[in-house]
Amino acid sequence: MTVLSPILPPVAPVAPLAALPVLEARGLTLDYGHGAGRVRAVEDVSFTLAERERLVLLGPSGCGKSSILKALAGFLRPAAGTVSRRGKAVTGPGPDRIVVFQEFDQLLPWKSVTDNVAFPLRVAGGIGRAEARERAQAALVKVGLARALDAYPHTLSGGMKQRAAIARALAAEPDVLLMDEPFAALDALTRRTLQEDLLALAEAQGFTLVFVTHAIDEAVLVGTRLHLLAAHPGRTLASFDTAGLGLAQRGTPAFEAVVRDVHDLLFADGARHV
Amino acid sequence: MSESLMSDGSLAGRAGAGLRLSAGLAALWRVALVRRAVVLAGLAVAWQVAAVWQNNPLLFPTFTDTISALVEALAHEDLLPASIASVTVLAKGYVLAVALALVFVSLAIAVPFLKEVLLTLTAMFNPLPAIALLPLAMLWLGLGEASLLLVMVHAVLWPFALAALTGFEQVPETQRLVGRNYGLKGPAYVALILIPAALPSLLSGLKIAWAFAWRTLIAAELVFGVSSRAGGLGWFVYRNRNELLTDRVFAGLVTVIVIGLLVEILFRLVEQRTVLRWGMQR
Repeated sequence: MTVLSPILPPVAPVAPLAALPVLEARGLTLDYGHGAGRVRAVEDVSFTLAERERLVLLGPSGCGKSSILKALAGFLRPAAGTVSRRGKAVTGPGPDRIVVFQEFDQLLPWKSVTDNVAFPLRVAGGIGRAEARERAQAALVKVGLARALDAYPHTLSGGMKQRAAIARALAAEPDVLLMDEPFAALDALTRRTLQEDLLALAEAQGFTLVFVTHAIDEAVLVGTRLHLLAAHPGRTLASFDTAGLGLAQRGTPAFEAVVRDVHDLLFADGARHV
Repeated sequence: MSESLMSDGSLAGRAGAGLRLSAGLAALWRVALVRRAVVLAGLAVAWQVAAVWQNNPLLFPTFTDTISALVEALAHEDLLPASIASVTVLAKGYVLAVALALVFVSLAIAVPFLKEVLLTLTAMFNPLPAIALLPLAMLWLGLGEASLLLVMVHAVLWPFALAALTGFEQVPETQRLVGRNYGLKGPAYVALILIPAALPSLLSGLKIAWAFAWRTLIAAELVFGVSSRAGGLGWFVYRNRNELLTDRVFAGLVTVIVIGLLVEILFRLVEQRTVLRWGMQR
């Protein structure tokens, strides 16, 4: 895209190490369906993602946050605008952007947990069987699944499945991790533990993450930056810097103030459009 | 046995042995193979009693007569070569039909119009008994293996194609996305994602298709058995009926059933090691 270079300078101070953003969406517009039945899901959304940043796409259902993630992953072709990774246009899905889905069936049922994690290393990374399994098991130990290495996915609980899916994404060492409401189908207790564990991993490994959620407190907790979206069609509402708000700040007045601000923004917009 | 228990004298010892015995029997009963064997034994006893009651070996030979005829026919008659001939023709027709079905299904998935074609053909030909095609097959291809293959391909192709198409279409969207996310495309995507994900449907399709093929083949062989020098199992049954060797007719039918059961067991084993173990099928 030709307008890429003029908009680079304002981004540069945010990411002094990398000249180009890890991921950039510019004027992203997404449609579903064809012809007369065409529905606009997302309109003119732009953001950039620097190295080690955790960007949360937050909004009510129908704001197109999952569609944006699908476009970032390369599953969905934009009707207008571009997605680029380190300056190169994204044209299709690839193992440099591993996705963690909300659905539990993202683990392939015919492979053991270890083989599920080792599989992308083998097919995408070209790594040998023994080494792939070794790296897979190391990743599984990191997410706390040391006891379920050889289990088949159908024997795991929902929380364990999502842990395995996260290990699968971590082991592949993608350029950027894409997570589509990974904890939405879990009970409150499990969700909380997984949020904490994900944050700990993020601190330890410093991965770059795009995280989709509709839960405001989860967004403030997980993200270093929030990108708020309004619904029908999805449009950018505001952007929040929440880098200073993590586990330690949970429940503090500052944390709650941001949660309230975000809530008011989303709610005000919802009231206008419903 | 109860004598020795009595001489033991102690009531507690007797009760303990009884308990052990019943626990052992309960454990045995939990083995599926044992339960099946009991059913088979029951059937054999019922058969024997009914046949002795009837006392008409020409129409209804006893179980024991049938078994001795079976052993005799295996050892000295052409039952074994006939069985081998039937199974060989079956394997040829089955593999051919499954390969054809997979090609059709791939095309149907790739091109929406061809899917309509396949669904129409399946709806047309599935209700048509394969054996009804035999006169036409004999007219076109003569009395020989080619005719048998034609009716068998017809018997296998449509039900298996339908099962395979359904299986591939029901692969969860998430698993498709995961495969594409890893950068899998073309044949690798099909082999590593689509086929394992559709395996429950594929296996049940293969099972149904096998049963259709076996039935059709035996029925077709009743009409002519010149598929090879040995003839097939159906031909064996037909020939012995003409000579009123009813015990051998029964022996031939038992062989048909036994081969059917063996293949069923084979499918069971494959299912246990795959879709059942993976929790893809209960």
